[in-house]
Amino acid sequence: MTAALEVERLNRAFGALAVTRDVNLTLERGARRALIGPNGAGKTTLVNLITGALKPHSGRVLLNGEDITASSQAERARRGLARTFQINQLFRGLTVLENLCMTIGERDGNCNNLWRSAGAKRSVIDEAIDHLESLRLVDDALKLVRELPYGRQRLVEIAIALAQKPRVLLLDEPAAGVPSSESHLILDVVAALDPDIAVLIIEHDMDVVFRFAKEITVLVQGAVLTQGTPEDIMNNEQVRDVYLGQEGHRGGHHG
Amino acid sequence: MAVSDIMSATSRERARERAAEYLLRRHRFRPAEALPWLIAIAVFFIFPDRMTFGSQVLIMVMFALSLDLILGYAGIVTLGHAAFFGIGAYTVGLAAARLQWSEPISGLFAAAIMAGIVGFITGWFLLRYRGLTLLMLTLATAIMLQETGNLRSDISGGYDGLPGLTFNPLFGKFDYDLYGHTYYLYVLAALAVVFYFVRRIVYSPFGQALTGIRENVRRMHAIGSPVHRRLVTVYTIAAAIAGVAGALFTQTNAYVTLTVFDFDNSAKVMVMLILGGTGRLYGAFVGAAVYMVLEDYFSKLSPTFWQFGIGLMLVLAVLFARRGVLGLFESVGQYLAERKKS
Repeated sequence: MTAALEVERLNRAFGALAVTRDVNLTLERGARRALIGPNGAGKTTLVNLITGALKPHSGRVLLNGEDITASSQAERARRGLARTFQINQLFRGLTVLENLCMTIGERDGNCNNLWRSAGAKRSVIDEAIDHLESLRLVDDALKLVRELPYGRQRLVEIAIALAQKPRVLLLDEPAAGVPSSESHLILDVVAALDPDIAVLIIEHDMDVVFRFAKEITVLVQGAVLTQGTPEDIMNNEQVRDVYLGQEGHRGGHHG
Repeated sequence: MAVSDIMSATSRERARERAAEYLLRRHRFRPAEALPWLIAIAVFFIFPDRMTFGSQVLIMVMFALSLDLILGYAGIVTLGHAAFFGIGAYTVGLAAARLQWSEPISGLFAAAIMAGIVGFITGWFLLRYRGLTLLMLTLATAIMLQETGNLRSDISGGYDGLPGLTFNPLFGKFDYDLYGHTYYLYVLAALAVVFYFVRRIVYSPFGQALTGIRENVRRMHAIGSPVHRRLVTVYTIAAAIAGVAGALFTQTNAYVTLTVFDFDNSAKVMVMLILGGTGRLYGAFVGAAVYMVLEDYFSKLSPTFWQFGIGLMLVLAVLFARRGVLGLFESVGQYLAERKKS
C-alpha cells in the first residue's frame, strides 16, 4: 500500500544554515506521528516544505504515491494535504461560519462562481455547521473570529483544516498559546480525529505527544536523529541527552 | 432520552437555523439600498440645470465602484487605476475620431473589452507582487500608457487631446440636449447595470474568496485557493468597469486628453473610495458624491484656495472617520443601539 505521505531526502538551507538535512519521513494511512525536537530544530520549516510554502533545494515529497514536489501550495491542498499554523492564520474580520464556508467553497470549486449568491447553496452551510458542531463551535458561528478568545480561535484553525477533508493533516503545535485550562478541549479534538486521516503533529508538551502519538520522529538541527514508538524514544539514550536531557537541565535550573 | 437532552437538541437546532439564516439572507436587497438611486432620480428633477455635473459624479461613482472591487474586497492596493479609465476613454475617443464609430452603447462594450484585455495582461504580471512594489508597478503602468499616447500624438492627439467628438443619438433616437438630461439618464442606467453586476460578484462565492484573500492570503493558499487566478480575474473585471466609466467620460464631455491617465485621477478615485468607505459597495456612491460636490462648492467659494477645503476635509476624515463616511454612520448606529439597550 502506498503511504499517505512520503518525504525523501529533503534538504533546505537559508544561506549557509542548513535547516533541513536529508530528512526522510513516512506517514502511512491513518498514521499518528509526532514530530519533536528542541527549538530551532527545523520542525516548522519541515512542515512548510511539505505543504509547499517553501521549496526544497533537493529531495522529493510524495502524496499518496504522487510526486508533488513541484506543485504549488494550493495544488497540494486540493489533493488532500491540510495544515494548521503555529500562529493562527484565520480570516479575522469574517464570522466563524464564513471561515468554514469559504474553505468548503474552495475545496469544491464553488468559489469559481461569480454569479450565484454565496448563501444559495444550503448544503455548504449545513456542512460548515456540522463541522462547527463537532468542535462545539456552533454558538460562535456568527461571531467574528477576532472577537473569540484565543483558545476558541485555535479550534477554528483545526475546524478549517478538517473542513478541507484532508487525507494528510499537519498540526503545528495545535495547543500553543492556549491556557492549560482550555487546552484539553483542543487535545480531545485531536485525539478524536478520523482514524483514516494520516496525522503529523508537532508538539512540545511531552504528555500530549505520548498520549497521542503511535510513532515519534525526533528532529535535531535539521536532521532526523531517530524515530520509533513512544517507548523506543523514551528509552533512547541519544534522545535523552539531546532533547529530554536539555529539558531536564532546564528544569534543574528552575527547581 | 432525558429532558435536558431534548432541550439541548432543540436549542442546537435553533442555533443551526440562526446561523444558516444569516448567510441565506445576507445577499438580499435591503430597503435602504434604494436610497442612492432615489436620490439620483430626485436630483434629475430638482437640479435640471446641473445635469452635466451630475453625470460626472455618476461616472466617478462607477470608477470608484470598480476600485472598490479590487481594493475594498480583494485588498489590492493600486495607484494606477486611471490606466483603465484612460484606455476606455481613448477607445471610444479614437473610434469616433479615427474610425467614425460613433454609436455610444457599442462603444461602451468596446471600451470594456479593451480595458479588460489590458487589465488581464498587466494583472497577470503585476499581481504576483503586493504592497509597495505593486503600488509602484501600477503607477508605472499608467504613466507608460500615458507616455505611449504622447509618443504617438499623431494618433492620440497628445496633450491637446481629441476635441469636438460627436456621438450618435442613443438608440438612434435620443439626441443630446444642451443641459445633458439625456446623458444623465444614460449614465445612470449604465451605472445601474454595472452596479447590479458588481453586487452579484461581491455576494458570490467568488466574492467571498476575494475577502478571504484580503483577510489572510496565507490561509487562502493553505486551503487550496488559486489566489493568483482569483486576483487576475477580479482585476480584469474592475479594469473593464473602469473602462466603461472612462468611455462615458469621453462621450459626455465630447473630448478626451491624455490627462485621463494622470496620477491625479488614480489618486482622486482612491481618495473618494476611502472617504466613502471601502469594501461596502455604497462607499463609492457616498465618497464620489461628497468629494465632487464639496470640490464644486469650494472652487466657487474661492477659485484660488479651493484645494485647502478638500485637504481639510481629508484631514478630518482621517482623524474622525477612518473607515469612511459609511463607517462613521455604522459606528454611530452601533453606539445609539447600545445606548438604547442600556
